[in-house]
Amino acid sequence: MNRKYELVYVVSPEATDEQVSELHTQVEGIVQRMDGRLEKTDNWGRRKLAYEIGPHKEGVYVLEVINGSGELMKEIDRRLKVFDTVIRHLIVRVDEAETVAERQRTRRSEASRRRRVARGLSPERQPGEGQRSEFEDDRDDRFELSEDVR
Amino acid sequence: MNGRRSGGGGGRGRTGPGQGKGGDAQQRRPMFRRRKVCKFCADKIDDINYKDTKLLMPFVPERAKILPRRISGTCAMHQRKLRVAIIRARQLALIPYTSE
Repeated sequence: MNRKYELVYVVSPEATDEQVSELHTQVEGIVQRMDGRLEKTDNWGRRKLAYEIGPHKEGVYVLEVINGSGELMKEIDRRLKVFDTVIRHLIVRVDEAETVAERQRTRRSEASRRRRVARGLSPERQPGEGQRSEFEDDRDDRFELSEDVR
Repeated sequence: MNGRRSGGGGGRGRTGPGQGKGGDAQQRRPMFRRRKVCKFCADKIDDINYKDTKLLMPFVPERAKILPRRISGTCAMHQRKLRVAIIRARQLALIPYTSE
């Protein structure tokens, strides 16, 4: 049973680039050994941490999208706990959330298409069409709080 | 309850004791309350991702607590998803747990 997971790990800023890529090959090795598939890797580079973790104020973030079994992720989780260059890691299963989002998107576009056809319009929205707002207001203040709410 | 308030008349939901100090300010300037909309419904954001700090930050004001629904106007479904995303982002130190 293969599932899609996202793994993000934060590497200590003292680690050299070699150590970071070392870690990546380690993960890749485990994935290949337990017949998973590495779909994507993304190095976000050095970022400031929102709070200090031990002595660290910064970290190198790496994202990996992995297709594999739960056993595989368990193994990766176990291995990442051992490395002391990894200061944080997070594994999230994403396939279910993705299908739900996809379903919602198609449902929404279909509903709008149906409504448009019922109104005798072409199914797709044409450029230059649609409501003009009452007054030109490009300031997005929906989430600004009036002072009495605070 | 949630309908657009037609200006004027200081349309305040609750006027209980202990709100006396705001009284005169209200008389001078009638309270306009913009109708709250769920940001995620309005912008058609289907999955709230924990990696998208820019999206999440407005929902964790200074104290870094999650902004309640009653203030942000987020719908129940999206607030649940938002909560999960914020908790994940906090784990990765993308968003603070507290400030100071």
